[in-house]
Amino acid sequence: MTIATDPSETDIDVGRRLRMYRQMVSIRAFEEQVNQLYLRALMPGLAHLYSGEEAVAVGICEALGADDYITSTHRGHGHCLAKGAAPDRMFAELLGKAAGYCHGKGGSMHIADAATGNLGANAIVGGSIAIATGAAFSSKYLHNNRVSVCFFGEGALGQGVLYESMNMAQLWRLPVIYVCENNFYNEYTHFSETTAGEILGRPAAFGVHAECVDGQDVDAVYTAAARLVHRARRGEGPAFLLCNTYRYTGHHVGDINREYYRSKQEEQQWVTERDPLKHAADRLIAGGIVDRAEIDRLHAEINAEMEKAVEFAVSTPYPGVEEVEQDVYA
Amino acid sequence: MPEVIARELTFGEAIREALAEEMRRDSRVVILGEDVAEAGTPFKVLAGLVQEFGPERVVDTPISEAGFTGIGVGAAMTGLRPVVDIMFGDFITLTMDQMANQAAKVHYMSGGMWKVPMVMRTTLGATRRSAAQHSQSLHAWFCHIPGLKVIMPSTPYDVKGLLKAAIRDDNPVIVFEDKMMYKLKGPVPVEEYTIPIGKADIKRAGEDITIVATSSMVQVALGAAVMLEEIGISAEVVDPRTLWPLDEHTLVESAKKTSRAIVIDEGYARYGTTAELASVIVEGAFFHLDQPVARMGAMHVPIPFSPPLEDATVPTERSVFDVARALCSKR
Ligand SMILES: Cc1ncc(C[n+]2csc(CCOP(=O)(O)OP(=O)(O)O)c2C)c(N)n1
Repeated sequence: MTIATDPSETDIDVGRRLRMYRQMVSIRAFEEQVNQLYLRALMPGLAHLYSGEEAVAVGICEALGADDYITSTHRGHGHCLAKGAAPDRMFAELLGKAAGYCHGKGGSMHIADAATGNLGANAIVGGSIAIATGAAFSSKYLHNNRVSVCFFGEGALGQGVLYESMNMAQLWRLPVIYVCENNFYNEYTHFSETTAGEILGRPAAFGVHAECVDGQDVDAVYTAAARLVHRARRGEGPAFLLCNTYRYTGHHVGDINREYYRSKQEEQQWVTERDPLKHAADRLIAGGIVDRAEIDRLHAEINAEMEKAVEFAVSTPYPGVEEVEQDVYA
Repeated sequence: MPEVIARELTFGEAIREALAEEMRRDSRVVILGEDVAEAGTPFKVLAGLVQEFGPERVVDTPISEAGFTGIGVGAAMTGLRPVVDIMFGDFITLTMDQMANQAAKVHYMSGGMWKVPMVMRTTLGATRRSAAQHSQSLHAWFCHIPGLKVIMPSTPYDVKGLLKAAIRDDNPVIVFEDKMMYKLKGPVPVEEYTIPIGKADIKRAGEDITIVATSSMVQVALGAAVMLEEIGISAEVVDPRTLWPLDEHTLVESAKKTSRAIVIDEGYARYGTTAELASVIVEGAFFHLDQPVARMGAMHVPIPFSPPLEDATVPTERSVFDVARALCSKR
């Protein structure tokens, strides 16, 4: 297990920055393929895209080891990829194919991967908060030094189980980090219409260490996450990290006309001024680490990789119907 | 049951012994719940466990049923075998998302990747003068959800063996305990044993009518059987012991033999356990039945506080006797 040292002591090394950039590009490319699969009517159902929010999942997961746990949300492809899952089996899952991580039985909103510690996405808003806390309970009980990260959107701030869980996590000093991805909209409603008071006042009420970070800046997210993970591993208890971010597309792939709840101008502003990929690429170039041509090559390489992964998923078979009754019980 | 009956335990003592044995045998077993440690629960069922196993394994939680149930689910997925204590069965309403949407589905949704080896212990049963929010029997809610197992022990022997099996099971299992039964005494062997989940037990053999009874209603059925015997009717009392998985075979075979059946369960009769069990019997034994299958459950009202009202809501030995006699008098 890689155990991050306190990042305030060291700068983020080049290898890590390049890896994080690559991961963000992969997530963006993955989501573009998902949208295409939807438009081509190849994907059953809908999916909630993570485009625009990549720096959060990547910065957080970069601070975790392979044995650490995450729980994810309905907008979970980014978390899953960042924790280390392979695109081909993910696409297969999204298409309901037997080769998918969950044999096609979970789909976009329930994708999980035991090998990378992903306890699963969750289609109940706030549904995985107690589960992540329980994983931290195990970690403390078993002394295995694993940290558990709970991703959730700001919409889950409305769910009581968050407060029950944070209370117990703080009482019992559990190694869990609550990562609130504030993309400003609970579906089609601005969070200010649903959320009273200050968000950070909520964890603070339980004495849970709380910080806010620019969720479009992967270096900042990673640095904060590494600090909080380190803290949790030292037994200093849970933390709450508020990441302000933005989803570029609709609530789900079918949410096309959005002007009744947010303006095109607002969307455009985030895309042009706050894009996490552009921001990271500019920094890499300014630091002399890569040049524009290398960035372009990387994008082309990843796009090709994603296309191959999609081809695999499209051509691989559905599960046989005999699978329907399998795994109801262990 | 073994031949040698060495001793008697109460239902509550049998539960405590099952937990203690499993906690000794497997360090991954932990108890989570309200007032489970020093207090040993309001029913004192867990008294002494914290002294033996310490507060790391017998964990007093805040009054957060959804939260600590979900923590149980997450802990179960990641290596522990939690036993979650929900003080009153009425409070399962607060755990429903964690149980029905999370615990029950994790294994299936993940294509078999994750398991949830968790037990929830809770109560059922009226007639304690506890009124509408502390008296319900809501086990049917869980029976409705694929992925959960529901067990309904009715004797000290059964609860010990079934609870031990539940703790060793790799699925979420809910154990409903009749809170009127904690003081009930019965034989429990000293030697270790478990009872397989999904096996009914014939609590009394008979020829003329089958009375299928669950949990709190088993004693009622046995009492009614004694009364029936006095008027020459031989009743067979069948205890399914676990509602899911359900031992359909034993129920159906008994009904085929006697050709009459009553199903009694303390849950609400409407849309509940009795409907399911009756339908299993009708489907399996239709051509052997002389009478329609009768169903008896709680009246469709919130459980009232006032004793004469509350007593009217649940089947009694007398009411079971009356229904059985009526079924047997028709030819
Ligand atoms: C318990 C529950 N209530 C409602 C929904 C429907 N729903 C799905 S996503 C969503 C909004 C979630 O907003 P947020 O948590 O901020 O996440 P985001 O979609 O912005 O990533 C709602 C209301 C749900 N899935 N679960």
